[in-house]
Amino acid sequence: MIANLIKIALGSALISNVVLSQFLGLCPFLGVSKKIKTASGMGGAVVFVITLSSAVASLIYNYILTPLNLTYLQTIVFILVIAALVQFVEMFLKKSMPPLYEALGVYLPLITTNCAVLGVALTNVQKSYGFVESVVNGFATALGFAIAIVILAGLRERIEYNDIPTSFRGMPIVLLTAGLMAIAFCGFAALR
Amino acid sequence: MLERLYNGIIKENPTFVLMLGMCPTMAVTTSGVNAIGMGLSTTVVLVLSNIVISMLRKIIPSEVRIPAFIVVIASFVTVVQMLMQGYMPDLYAALGIYIPLIVVNCIILGRAESWAYKNGVVSSAFDGLGMGLGFTFGITCIGLLREFIGAGTLFSVRILPEAYEGATIFIMAPGAFIVLAFLVALRNKIMSKKPAVEMGCSARCDACVGCDGMKRSGV
Repeated sequence: MIANLIKIALGSALISNVVLSQFLGLCPFLGVSKKIKTASGMGGAVVFVITLSSAVASLIYNYILTPLNLTYLQTIVFILVIAALVQFVEMFLKKSMPPLYEALGVYLPLITTNCAVLGVALTNVQKSYGFVESVVNGFATALGFAIAIVILAGLRERIEYNDIPTSFRGMPIVLLTAGLMAIAFCGFAALR
Repeated sequence: MLERLYNGIIKENPTFVLMLGMCPTMAVTTSGVNAIGMGLSTTVVLVLSNIVISMLRKIIPSEVRIPAFIVVIASFVTVVQMLMQGYMPDLYAALGIYIPLIVVNCIILGRAESWAYKNGVVSSAFDGLGMGLGFTFGITCIGLLREFIGAGTLFSVRILPEAYEGATIFIMAPGAFIVLAFLVALRNKIMSKKPAVEMGCSARCDACVGCDGMKRSGV
């Protein structure tokens, strides 16, 4: 059981990293990675939301959709649940945990459009993970996202002042950097 | 109507000009066939959802329009997903999780918000068709490029001699980032000769923020 969970966690955090090998959540990965500070804020918020949403989505799928034979509605239900959940989390944090809200608040609305959230919920269903496995998979996937975005932000801070060919300034150099990171992450395949 | 098609395919091409829908663009462009499959399924969803949203535009109150759009889009995605599972199981297996993820493709929600919610049915249908074909064209180009360098084939037909082993990295994940980096750099190079057009990072980030902003105001 524990070994299996560790395998799932390593697999989704490092080996098949959510951004670098599955291309989910590219928008925030490329958009919010200018500074390490904002990148880690985004990473934290994503970990929080994905863990929570994969728990909720797993419960809904296993205890509401499956008994009612409504599993074909999963896409619609998941996207609405995620959108609502993000709103609730935002309101809840604002009321009861102001310091956490200060840290994560700005990033929460941005997460609804992060396709990684829906992607993880759907992967959990596809691989027929149970509740605990889903939560672990969600947490590990999000952690993989956080690792990748913080590393990219660190690299971008360094290349900020370099002399880059005009055509490559902006997005192209960031994509190239991400490509090199993806090559590095391919090395984790040996962990399997 | 032709103007809408031209706009979608050339002038505001979602892949090369607006840079929307990057997740599927990079994930499914490992071969030309996959890219066309993804592009056409997105086109079908885009046309149908544009038509329905345009028909319902007087009924949907503007405060809840985003959730309403999402429900319409998600319904069509589910339909396409089931049809594909039934009639094209190979393609369905190849595209996998990216089929349901068409729901969160920025292009579809973006067109619903910026065109279909404000214009008539016929015009919206053609807008969806133009944008969809533009997206298909864009990702098929990337797919063919990656397939050609990575495996020496085009649409699974061998072009380069057998002796060419293929630079497998271009079919793997890093290749997507690298190919796109060079394509965007090329576009920047071409665009820089026409100073009036302002593009690059700003367009992309605005696109993202635009989508997010819409969600924020709606949900």
